Amino acid sequence: MTLQFVSGRSLLLAGTLAALMACPAAAQQPPAPGAAPLPPGSPLIGRPSTEGAMKLAPVPPPPIPTSADKLPVTKLKLPPGFKLELYAAGVDNARTLRQGDKGTIFVSSRLKDKIHAIVEKDGKREVKVLVSGLYRPNGIVMHNGTLYIAELSQVSKIDKVEDKLDGSAKPTVIYSDLPKDEAHGWKFLTVGPDNKLYFQVGAPCNICMPSDAHAQIRRINLDGSGAEVVARGIRQIVGMDWHPVSKQLYFTENSRDWLSEDVPNDKLNRLANPGKDNFGFPYCHQGNLTDQEFGWGRSCDEFTKPIALMGPHSAVLGMRFYTGSAFPAKYRNAIFIARHGSWNRSQKIGGDVVVVYLNPDGTFKSMEPFLTGFIENNNYVGRPADVLFTKDGAMLVSDDFNGAVYRVTYDRTRTASH
Amino acid sequence: MRTFLAALAALGLATLPAVSATLDERLAPCRACHGEKGQSDNPLVPSLGAQPKDFLLVQLYIFRENMRKVELMNEMTKGLTDDELRAMSESLAKLPAPMPVPEAIDPARMERAKTLVAQNHCNFCHAPTFAGQDQIPRLAAQREDYLLKSLREYKSGARPGYEPAMASVVQPMKDEDFVELAYYLARVK
Repeated sequence: MTLQFVSGRSLLLAGTLAALMACPAAAQQPPAPGAAPLPPGSPLIGRPSTEGAMKLAPVPPPPIPTSADKLPVTKLKLPPGFKLELYAAGVDNARTLRQGDKGTIFVSSRLKDKIHAIVEKDGKREVKVLVSGLYRPNGIVMHNGTLYIAELSQVSKIDKVEDKLDGSAKPTVIYSDLPKDEAHGWKFLTVGPDNKLYFQVGAPCNICMPSDAHAQIRRINLDGSGAEVVARGIRQIVGMDWHPVSKQLYFTENSRDWLSEDVPNDKLNRLANPGKDNFGFPYCHQGNLTDQEFGWGRSCDEFTKPIALMGPHSAVLGMRFYTGSAFPAKYRNAIFIARHGSWNRSQKIGGDVVVVYLNPDGTFKSMEPFLTGFIENNNYVGRPADVLFTKDGAMLVSDDFNGAVYRVTYDRTRTASH
Repeated sequence: MRTFLAALAALGLATLPAVSATLDERLAPCRACHGEKGQSDNPLVPSLGAQPKDFLLVQLYIFRENMRKVELMNEMTKGLTDDELRAMSESLAKLPAPMPVPEAIDPARMERAKTLVAQNHCNFCHAPTFAGQDQIPRLAAQREDYLLKSLREYKSGARPGYEPAMASVVQPMKDEDFVELAYYLARVK
């Protein structure tokens, strides 16, 4: 392609820009996909035709964030006393949520190249681009005023990030000894009670024998030194948090696809023996199911069991322990987990935020839905990716499908009207 | 190749003075390269006919944002608004589907490819007829050279894709598998 040719095209585009913007038909949104819903009670509900079952596919979000007036805010359901409102629209592919000491909300992205900062000034909320040009920057975490960023194959940091919200923030790379695989290359990043950064290196596949550099959780010092593997046998993690009492690492794990509609389940795991625990991939799934290819000659008893099964293909992502006091007391030290929702399943499941209650010894007690309504007629109207409890007692939920962040608050006087 | 570049350059120059170009005029250069009737005759340039509009929108978007790096396409989409991208993708999606390669077909190769399709679930995401759906492209009767190039680029990482799903799918596949799949998909009816 010649350069002359390219510049000719640019001029043509510039010349026709105004004309297109004036065209009213061009501004219309495409209609939502999906066939007309079946009548209520129809036995065909939940029983897709063979062709319908053949349409299983990952559900990539639209590339352009949904406008505020088209977000599913009124469709989302919560227990009595809780209320959900729109916090911010136009946050491209919103994923991991973090809060700075001065209150800034940072929002990462998996498919886009940006990290956003949401600031409130004089009662006005503003969504800013903190930094762009990143590659799959899904993992972010705040620690002592510094924002750490885990991209596909490097970890970087921005010191005093809340003083650099004007576009002057420049990440400094601290660690890059990482594989560059696209598959499960995006990361979740957290800081442990040992002041080290923890992130996963996922398996570079749906199911395969991973290399020594894959399928693990690593930790590094805050300056990028001292890398060590603390867990193996994980497929992909997109959510981790630390138990407020035991200080053990809990994490969500996505299990393999294409084995069956109903197995294996995604998992909630606990790292009780750092450096020793192996969670079973690719030999064992959901703690009790050997793989049809890699599992022969192995036993699930060789591996660390999950503490809870989270639903087949439900795509458990971001999770946080609740340690505040604004929500009812029963939620204290429970885990809120965003289930992004399935694609490798005819009848979608997940698409919600669930609460997992633990026993005093840290084992699983029970699970219940918290925020629901993201699936309508087996289609997504949004997909929750992460949760965050903010200093003002609210919970934020990111929706990477719509590029939005919602805010959930509790007021016990609201329960009176229910 | 030279012919269509020349034709485009002439078209561009001819349209320059016009201030009030319609969407149709804007799409002229797209159709000139990718085929007036949805079928590309140009090596390594994909046919766009009957591609799902959501797929076209994603591609236009990632070209505009330089997230998929093809210099010409990055330049073509520079500065376009979201609504302009939507209008272009909706219009291009209405072009007729391309025709499969008409030449004599080797049944043994077609059968080998069908096995690969089943093993790798290609017909799930891309639909049993390979017509694509939503943001997943139509593969039926796509240019063989372009299919092969895309599969190789997904494997090497040269084309990351918007959603990294294809990187995972091609990970266990070999180059000879790509050759067979491209042969099959260009001819599938």
